[in-house]
Amino acid sequence: MLYREAGQFKTSYSADQALLPIAQDRIGLLFILVVAFIALPMFASDFFISSIMIPFLVFSLAAIGLNILMGYAGQLSLGTGAFMGVGAYSCYKITSLFPDLNILLVLFLSGFFSAGIGVVFGLPSLRIKGLYLAITTLAAQFFLEWCFIRIGWLYNYNDSGAIEVPQRMLFGLAITGPHATPVTRYLVILTIVSVMTLIAANVLRGRIGRSWMMIRDMDIAAELMGIRPLFSKLSAFAFSSYYCGVAGALMVFFWLGSAEVESFDINHSFLIMFMVIIGGMGSLTGCFMGAAFIWVLPVILRAIPPAFELNILAATMEHVSSIITGVLIIFFLIVEPHGLARLWRVGKEKLRTWPFPYAT
Amino acid sequence: MKQHKNLKKLGCCAIALAAFAVGMPVAQAEDTLFMPSLTYRTGPFAGGGIPFADGYADYFNMLNERDGGIGGAKIVVEECETAYNTQKGVECYEATKDKGALAYSPLSTGITLALIPKAAVDEIPIFSMGYGLSAAAIGEKFPWTFVYPTTYWNQMSSILKYIDANGGVKDKKIGFIYLDVGYGKEPLPLLENLSESMGFELAKYPIGGKEMQNQSAQWLNVRKDRPDWMVMWGWGAMNPTAVKEAAKIRYPLDRFIGNWWSGSHNDLRAVGASGKGYLAANFSGIGQDFPAVQDILTHVVDKGNSKVASRDDVGNVLYNRGMFNAVVLAEAITVAQAKTGKAAITGADMRDALENINLDEARLKELGLEGFTGAIKGSCADHEGAGSVFMQQWTGDDWEKVTDLIEPMNDTVRPLLEEAAEKYVSDKPDWAAQSCG
Repeated sequence: MLYREAGQFKTSYSADQALLPIAQDRIGLLFILVVAFIALPMFASDFFISSIMIPFLVFSLAAIGLNILMGYAGQLSLGTGAFMGVGAYSCYKITSLFPDLNILLVLFLSGFFSAGIGVVFGLPSLRIKGLYLAITTLAAQFFLEWCFIRIGWLYNYNDSGAIEVPQRMLFGLAITGPHATPVTRYLVILTIVSVMTLIAANVLRGRIGRSWMMIRDMDIAAELMGIRPLFSKLSAFAFSSYYCGVAGALMVFFWLGSAEVESFDINHSFLIMFMVIIGGMGSLTGCFMGAAFIWVLPVILRAIPPAFELNILAATMEHVSSIITGVLIIFFLIVEPHGLARLWRVGKEKLRTWPFPYAT
Repeated sequence: MKQHKNLKKLGCCAIALAAFAVGMPVAQAEDTLFMPSLTYRTGPFAGGGIPFADGYADYFNMLNERDGGIGGAKIVVEECETAYNTQKGVECYEATKDKGALAYSPLSTGITLALIPKAAVDEIPIFSMGYGLSAAAIGEKFPWTFVYPTTYWNQMSSILKYIDANGGVKDKKIGFIYLDVGYGKEPLPLLENLSESMGFELAKYPIGGKEMQNQSAQWLNVRKDRPDWMVMWGWGAMNPTAVKEAAKIRYPLDRFIGNWWSGSHNDLRAVGASGKGYLAANFSGIGQDFPAVQDILTHVVDKGNSKVASRDDVGNVLYNRGMFNAVVLAEAITVAQAKTGKAAITGADMRDALENINLDEARLKELGLEGFTGAIKGSCADHEGAGSVFMQQWTGDDWEKVTDLIEPMNDTVRPLLEEAAEKYVSDKPDWAAQSCG
């Protein structure tokens, strides 16, 4: 009913191959971008921006990274938290060694360190698959956590073992450190996440992305067809770890302002994996939906009692939010095992064939 | 199919409504004093967080009931759950800071370290009572952070003084077993420094946060190394496990000293009689024999307005510690109200007041806490007070004070703190320090 495609004719190959061929999709995305870039900074409260939108965007980026690896390339990985940590610590080291370098350039560079480490720990994927690969990435998680504690050089031999984010400027505005306003940080993160999502969407549609999907579907057949498994699997690890590294650096520099090892522990790896699974493996919209579901929902649940004047203890609310999140996860996985993105895709198909009740 | 669509619509509307509600600010009543309480009643350290949070809230509620608030303004305590997680702690801070928060006491070194730079910008003082960043004792460099009654470094010097008085420290081996997080690593620079100057050998035994309840490997090392004394910087489940392991390897428990977070009732009740003789440092009084605690029992606990599990929990080590945190903040509010002449004060007023509090023996008696703790007097330059600690010993079922107040070696420690403060601000070119005339 909304997706009346009648009258939308493509007159060139490039129009036909566009990322969003349907005009309604383009309008919808434009609307979301306008709301995100313009309406939210103007009308939303500081709490909403700094405790809901910023973490949501950071986790969406990390979920995109993991989704590329798990959903598109089919390599199970439990080391996401550690790769985020590598990105964060390398960003910190680079910016403390070169304080005058633009922080965005430092962010861009820190991803490469994370990608390198990801490639090293992705080497076992050439021999093992599935759950066994998950164990080796788990080893990466624990080993890198150990490195973050024991290698004093990484945190500049700080007594507490935690890293503090120095203030960095862009166009005369402070964008990191305690003087940076939530709106400034939010706009920087939003820009970075939008650009990186666009890049990811295009890479996934291209030759490399398709080779990942071929490896995921049947790697022996892919190899027989001429895809080099070494290159494909390692490039998947590299690309995914790059995204996770940048997400980790964003988390520390633009959201938390400081970090200790606990910020990158195994629970984070699981959290992002849950976001990917609930959102839908193999779907970029799914990353955003999963991040919203897993992160934003508990925050909203915790904010409901004070907003509606209900007298519930904070600790009880903590337990209740865990219960509700768990129940909803089970519910959604029963209703749609392929995740929220699939629900959306089915809904969109139905809207395209409305009023006929069939959908692919 | 239809159920799915309706469910989705309902879900969308509910989430949109809730998101809108979250964005709305909370209405403020006239003349209230907003004290946020960052608690951890859940998570691995809840055993320590719960009594502390109870003591903190109960003291303020007692003031509301008995005195009608402070200076006529009621105190509103709002709890926000952090589960000892730095991210959640920062989220709680962001959520509560705009409601007129007067001070933050996160009870977590990790959260404190994250909040120190933010609170300076938002102009809300952080009162990290005996934890957090020891270098914050230097008031010139940390105008918005207070560490009364004393820092970890000074506490460590008091403990070393006690050891020195009981058999000497020179040429002895001192083992330091600590939780491998910011809190446990905090006194290491001082220990390393003093081991050279005081002539003792230092052996370090870090315990990872996830291995708190499985310390047999480290204690086997202790048995091999045979240190003359053991000092512990533990928290939560690490404490009872460590004492049990020490008893198992037959380490003399009267040579095992825990810091003031490693000597609580909850921890040692889990150990019981086998922990007899274990020592711990403390600065707050034990038991219900103080008029202020009796007032809490009368006005809050017996009226059912407290969250304590049982009446006997009032007066135990961590409950009184949390209560004392509230006592200092309440005193600061009183001083701030006297200085500004208004009942509704701001964070900046709190900061000035915290620099000017003078909790001497006479004032403590007025507050109903005679003999509870040593005197606390701060100043612009001294955000620590260089307070003393006393030693308490576990008798098998209760804590007993066994020494008088032991003064810290402030002359040795203060220059080291100044060095550490200098190092902290050295890579922050826009750090707002203050100058003390």
